Amino acid sequence: MNTLALWFHRIGSPPTAYRLAGRITPWMYGIGAVLGAVALYGGLVLAPPDYQQGDAYRIIFIHVPSAWMSLFAYLFMAANAFVALVWRIKLSEILAMASAPIGAAFTLVTLVTGALWGKPMWGTWWTWDARLTSELVLLFLYLGVIGLYHAIDDRRQAARAAGFLALIGIVNLPIVHFSVNWWNTLHQGSTVRLLGPSKIDAAMAWPLLLMALATHLWFFGSVLARTRNGLLELDAGKEWVRSIALQGESAGGSA
Amino acid sequence: MSSTLSACGAVLRRDLTLVWRRRGDAANPLLFALMVVALFPFALGPESAQLQRIAPGVVFVAVLLAGLLALDTLFRGDYEDGSLEQLVLSPHPLPLLLACKIAVHWLTTALPLILISPLLGEMLHITPEARWLLPLGLLLATPLLSLIGAVCVALTVGMHRAGMLLALLVLPLYVPALIFGAGACMAAQAGLPYLAPLLWLSAALVLALVLAPLACAAALRISLA
Repeated sequence: MNTLALWFHRIGSPPTAYRLAGRITPWMYGIGAVLGAVALYGGLVLAPPDYQQGDAYRIIFIHVPSAWMSLFAYLFMAANAFVALVWRIKLSEILAMASAPIGAAFTLVTLVTGALWGKPMWGTWWTWDARLTSELVLLFLYLGVIGLYHAIDDRRQAARAAGFLALIGIVNLPIVHFSVNWWNTLHQGSTVRLLGPSKIDAAMAWPLLLMALATHLWFFGSVLARTRNGLLELDAGKEWVRSIALQGESAGGSA
Repeated sequence: MSSTLSACGAVLRRDLTLVWRRRGDAANPLLFALMVVALFPFALGPESAQLQRIAPGVVFVAVLLAGLLALDTLFRGDYEDGSLEQLVLSPHPLPLLLACKIAVHWLTTALPLILISPLLGEMLHITPEARWLLPLGLLLATPLLSLIGAVCVALTVGMHRAGMLLALLVLPLYVPALIFGAGACMAAQAGLPYLAPLLWLSAALVLALVLAPLACAAALRISLA
């Protein structure tokens, strides 16, 4: 077995993954929180008000990164579900299922912040616009995956079934992403581009991109923390979990 | 090859016989759709202009819900008496056998609904153009619903109370079929061109005809593992 495959197998074994995740998680949370705070200061205080919307536009510093994360989390979940189904890697099953509730939360934040902004700007909390509707369907897909995962008793079988559902639902992802280009509806087109010039001013762009980075870090911190719990739950009868539990007891139950 | 075909034939015959023995049950989706459609005039009032405007959408939703309730029976009986496991263990390609089962299910639950859909539309004063487009739209949309639904049923096959969960899994995936199917009828009713949504629906159906039996087989293998 070559070095890479060996390393891969070692990472995939629950005790190693548990320890590694425990070491990375605080950094993800810490850096994510600092960057998020800086981005919020940049977005809410430093960035100039919009010439049309005044200060109300500032909700994009939460809304847009959450919307990106709602898609990214789904992609991450589906990719892990694919790996779990094809190669039967236990860690991928748990990673996929750990990202589902977080992705659902980001989707909910997107919808709620959008509604809060829509009331003064569009004059309505909700409209059946293509992008809003497909984002709502995305939330339902997340809820379906979570519901199926919790309806099956056997954890591994549950993860495989829910992962399969996540893979089927991936057809919705391009619909959400391209809905504003395909259908000319109320929601505006994207102003931030990966390729080519963005239509957003640099003073507004940097807090937005920094916030996107912060939410990614926070997402991974959260996924890893959930994965640690998942690993403990899955291997509840194993020796390494017992030793961790005993350690926790001797340390006063705080660990 | 011929043995595979005869296995498919056996599945078709068996499922049709089973439905025929309990042919009273086959009327249930029809009655359900009829009731749902009849509720709308009660809730919205008998004003015909208003009912006409929503008629294609209401009929589509009623048929979709009736199909959703009927989905549960697709594998339930076979799972309980163990014949589903025999199907999975058989040497013939599972996707093909499942495609036969789905076809029978569609024939016995969706086809009657399509046949009475002009009547359902008429109850809501649907316009003449949309009345005849409605069965066509349903003819393209309901196989799609059955195929997508079969994959989700396969995922929930071993569960005791799968009803509500099944709705949660299936309905988000039904949205595109509903948009295009009802959209075509709505467009016809407004005097607009309606071919494009029907073509989209046909494309989705062709895709689902090929992929859904494969996905259904994979899902069933996960559930029965």
